[in-house]
Amino acid sequence: MLANPPPRAFEALRVEIAKIEARGRAGKGVLAFGIPELDRRLPGGGLPLGALHEVAGGGAGAVDGASSALFAAGLAARSSGQVLWCITRPDLFAPALFQAGLAPERVIYLEAGDEKTLLACCEEGLRHGGLGAVVGEVSRLSSTASRRLQLAAEASSTMAIIVRRWRRQQDAADFGQPTAATTRWRVSPLPSSPLPTPGVGRARWFVELIRCKAGERLEFELEAPDAAGRLALPADVAYGPAAAPSWERRAAG
Amino acid sequence: MLAANDAAKGLGIYPGAAAASAQAMAADLIIQDADLVGDRDGLEKLALWALKSFSPIVAADPPDGLVIDATGAAHLKGGEAAYLKDLVHRLAEVGVAGRAAVSGSWGSAHALARYIANPTLVVDSADSGRAIAGLPVRALRLPGEMIDGLSKLGFEVVGELEASARAPLVHRFGPELMRRLDQAYGRAGEPIEPVEAPELVQVRRAFAPEPISAPETLARYTVKLVQALCTALEERDLGVRVADLRFHRVDNRIEAVRVATAKPVRDLKRLSRLLCDKIETVDPGFGIEQMVLAAVATEPLVWKPQANDLTTPAPPDVSDLIDTLANRLGQSGRLYRLDPGDSFVPERSVQRVAPTAMATELAWPENWPRPTRLLARPEPVTAMALLPDQPPTAFTWRGQRRRVVRADGPERIHGEWWRRPGELWAARDYFQLETETGERFWVFRRGDGEWGPSGDLSWWMHGLFG
Repeated sequence: MLANPPPRAFEALRVEIAKIEARGRAGKGVLAFGIPELDRRLPGGGLPLGALHEVAGGGAGAVDGASSALFAAGLAARSSGQVLWCITRPDLFAPALFQAGLAPERVIYLEAGDEKTLLACCEEGLRHGGLGAVVGEVSRLSSTASRRLQLAAEASSTMAIIVRRWRRQQDAADFGQPTAATTRWRVSPLPSSPLPTPGVGRARWFVELIRCKAGERLEFELEAPDAAGRLALPADVAYGPAAAPSWERRAAG
Repeated sequence: MLAANDAAKGLGIYPGAAAASAQAMAADLIIQDADLVGDRDGLEKLALWALKSFSPIVAADPPDGLVIDATGAAHLKGGEAAYLKDLVHRLAEVGVAGRAAVSGSWGSAHALARYIANPTLVVDSADSGRAIAGLPVRALRLPGEMIDGLSKLGFEVVGELEASARAPLVHRFGPELMRRLDQAYGRAGEPIEPVEAPELVQVRRAFAPEPISAPETLARYTVKLVQALCTALEERDLGVRVADLRFHRVDNRIEAVRVATAKPVRDLKRLSRLLCDKIETVDPGFGIEQMVLAAVATEPLVWKPQANDLTTPAPPDVSDLIDTLANRLGQSGRLYRLDPGDSFVPERSVQRVAPTAMATELAWPENWPRPTRLLARPEPVTAMALLPDQPPTAFTWRGQRRRVVRADGPERIHGEWWRRPGELWAARDYFQLETETGERFWVFRRGDGEWGPSGDLSWWMHGLFG
């Protein structure tokens, strides 16, 4: 009997569990990456909106936080509404965010004196509910602080993105400590997409999904956000490497 | 003679001289009758002006001054020094030459503003006693005959009075002298009776038999006051831009909090939230016997049509969040938007604007590479490259050598001679460089590589790409 339970009972149980988990939360939605290979393997078919997502840079990116900030900008650009971007170090260059799809009138920057204030302001922004996404750049994120952000995000279905950025390379080991974030990402730069001419192509990243609640660990090679904030699967990864130079062959064939 | 202008002072005519002797010194002297009542009225008007833009507690300090309690208000202008600078500057805009000092007590600030400030002075409250010790006894706000008496006894400066025995002086001059001295040294309290504008919309609540002090009670009555204020504003169709909540303590001191909003507001929940966030900064002392809530700056509240298309939902209003965050951050942080600036030079291509400012029509380049992180200052890089327009094949930055595998550029950005004459011929050639590991950098070379005056051909790191 147990070895072969009726499928209806399973379905009913799943619905029941989902109901218990969703208690007290606002309407949920997901933000799909628009990459079928990636979305298929995420629970719900994308990143849940009312949740905390953590992004860190790999290698030197742990200190400069360039790739991780651009990754966050791509996600924020595709959310709807204004974005609150909380920082302690004012070295973000807004034209790059604009090129990742974040129009200047959509982003409100908040420069806080310390990280404690910054996290409190992030939480305030999440609780408000009128924003599309809240991005915070911090080095330390305690499990209590992350839990508070996660709950605030769940209550308002505003997307919370924390960009982890450390002062020193050694401190990046802190990313091993668990937090209450729904997903945790690590983004490391890779050599850019090859071009048929000399020059630098579209930036490429090695994107690792280190933790995903109710999901599996993933690793992908992706191209950096385009003008609408969308990541893409590189052509040579999606369809297999073509014999170089591919453009000649395509032009001839 | 009560006052003289600079030209008269140049001729040796000083306040205090007899009019006849002054006329003897300058034949074409212009003499006007003093209008003491008019001066007093003007001072009251000035106090009202200061109330609106500088502090919830302002009073006229006749005959020639204002006294402002800057506690809890200076941070709105970025510190006490900036606060005074702004005050003097705004007075100068309307043709009033002002001098201002911040100190630990009314008496010492009064003396310092008149005798030392040029035009502004900030003295830590712990040092204010030392600062006034060298000032003449006239600085103590004493009646004229008492000053004469003191000078007959040989007292010239405040420090001498402070150092001498009190009893004989009190015996001779009465308690007034020591009261003024104690007030100047901050030993005796001196409440400021704030000026109140009759046209201000304000509501008050007295707790006569039983003063209150618990934070929850304060918060509860704050909400009640806000409710009353909103009703009063509704009759006039106004919204609040700046609101002051004053707490009159039983010991005659007044604690005040001030909140400001980005847009006119008449929302009970929003205003109470802003004020209640600040209650923890209030020290109730032995109890609060009266609370006054005043709308210091108001603006007509106009209801705008939400959207002309009924099918699309209106964008959510975040101005209340902006107010909450701005009042929470205070001096310790900043809230802004970054808009395109009218320049191609990277440092000037971004300008800070208010979070609720209108969007500009300027735009950043869409296709030229721009780094995610821009260094605060370009850092020197050691690099070798072929002139005039080849990217370097390797470079050393922060002591680490990196080999360049791919590169893009140059993007030439010319100096802006209309902003700085030194940039007349200057040019920068920007390159995007990619190393073997995939790190991408934004470096530039000063100069166009062909013509000497355009730059010294040194290489600089300016940004990091994601």
